[in-house]
Amino acid sequence: MNLLEMTAVELAAAIREGKTTAIEAVRASLERIEEKEERYHCYVTIDREGALAQAEKVQRRIESGELSGALAGVPMAVKDNLCTAGMLTTCSSRILRNFVPAYSAEAVWNLQKAGAVIIGKTNMDEFAMGSTTETSAFGATKNPWNPAHVPGGSSGGSAAAVAAGECFYALGSDTGGSIRQPASYCGVVGMKPTYGTISRYGLIAYGSSLDQIGPLSQDVTDCAAILEAAASYDRKDSTSSDRQDTDFMTALADDVKGIRIGIPRDYFGEGLDQEVREAVLGAAKKLEEKGAIVEEFDLGLVDYAIPAYYTIAAAEASSNLERFDGVKYGYRTAESDGLHDLYKKTRSEGFGEEVKRRIMLGSFVLSSGYYDAYYIRALKVKALIKKAFDDAFAKYDIILGPTAPSTAPELGTSLSDPLKMYLGDIYTIAVNLAGLPGISLPCGLDSAGLPIGLQLIGDCFQEKKLIRTAYAYEKARGTFSRTALCAGGKEGK
Amino acid sequence: MINRIDDETIKYVSILAKLELSGEERERAKKDMGRMLDYIDKLGELDTEGVEPMTHVFPVQNVFREDVVTNSDIREQLLANAPEQKDGMFVVPKTV
Repeated sequence: MNLLEMTAVELAAAIREGKTTAIEAVRASLERIEEKEERYHCYVTIDREGALAQAEKVQRRIESGELSGALAGVPMAVKDNLCTAGMLTTCSSRILRNFVPAYSAEAVWNLQKAGAVIIGKTNMDEFAMGSTTETSAFGATKNPWNPAHVPGGSSGGSAAAVAAGECFYALGSDTGGSIRQPASYCGVVGMKPTYGTISRYGLIAYGSSLDQIGPLSQDVTDCAAILEAAASYDRKDSTSSDRQDTDFMTALADDVKGIRIGIPRDYFGEGLDQEVREAVLGAAKKLEEKGAIVEEFDLGLVDYAIPAYYTIAAAEASSNLERFDGVKYGYRTAESDGLHDLYKKTRSEGFGEEVKRRIMLGSFVLSSGYYDAYYIRALKVKALIKKAFDDAFAKYDIILGPTAPSTAPELGTSLSDPLKMYLGDIYTIAVNLAGLPGISLPCGLDSAGLPIGLQLIGDCFQEKKLIRTAYAYEKARGTFSRTALCAGGKEGK
Repeated sequence: MINRIDDETIKYVSILAKLELSGEERERAKKDMGRMLDYIDKLGELDTEGVEPMTHVFPVQNVFREDVVTNSDIREQLLANAPEQKDGMFVVPKTV
């Protein structure tokens, strides 16, 4: 029995049935980490001893019958912007390189209550600002399908760790596509739930009105199980939704008869790679063959999502990141002349280039004289974009398109031109602006052997329709697992 | 580039952002911000007359709770992260 070939839900079942143990599962993950981590660099922190100790406790609780959930005993990884009590949480930034939180994020805690065993913290773009995981202060993560390519970002470490078998599933966060785009590049499933579904308590904020935590997993079943365990109404997050329909695993039905799927023509225009287009339209065809009603339509305003997003996200980031000043935690400059100088030097030495770029832009669009022209205008455009989606969802249950315009670019080719990098988020960003749920799942490989992602978008609170459609597609598509990675992927030697 | 960001503006924004940029960083910031603003200016093409700015997707009301302490005393753990501490307090440079 090769544990690493199992999905999270399969592994938990095997543990429940006594065929293996949580401890064996952690050992298997740690062995894989020993073997692969040097090449891929998925993690910032690996907690070997802690994971084994957690596994022993969890195993006892499973044996006593106290824990019986769909994920009990399964080793997993957490993006390094989610607080973990007693475990380093760096946001892949120099300014937080020694920060050890006193509490855990609610989502992490919810999963631990469900029997999750945390192996470690995954690498990311610094403060989740980037699309390649190359802005990490601790070095880039590599794509397990081909280490000469990026894993995507900002949850690149989480996506790569799942793809490489260095954990069974992972948590990420998605502000403008940061779960779905790396999931697409790494051939795994990634979902951003409706805003407010998973508590943001303990998530180190980037753009608070856009940030959402979500799962990165091997398949849609795991995705539903993780979402079900992580979601909760939390009074510690005042934007948390008090929703009752979080039994997401009940939506795992292979049935899309009568589901209305809209394909936005504007998602298939200039800039989309031909192979990606064919794979995504092929996926739509498969759903149509299963009884879905597929239709093209014009969504509109697609070109306005990125400028609106970068204005709003930068504004919120400049405000959220004010707290990093070298006083209560994190890095502090060695020498300074008074308090104000301490702030300036600490922040200038502690933040990386992309973070400073966004803080500067955010400070500018919020400054007096520019606030109305930039920030308020972006919020108005956000309202228009939301309206365009409302109109679309009056006609369709699901919007189907690509997750990203291309497959994973090569390392070192993205950061030199930030604007170009931002354009890569064109299909994911509007989903955050409108608070919608979106899922990316693999729908093929390009001629270079790199995975292509299919994105399905649902209306607010319609995760179940999304999961059902994704599950039905996955059934029609067939296996696309780590086994496919070994068979089809050009894993670098 | 239509948006020319001058030294004065960069200096002012640096003060707001509490960042001290090196000469090279300043030049790059001028260029990057100019390009980004040119791009963001695209939003001006849309007619937003009468559109209400949307801060939150859902109508979020104030969320109140009773003012009751639910967490325990974790002062030591919190202070353990401080770059400098003394007698249970954070140490900062002399300000007055």
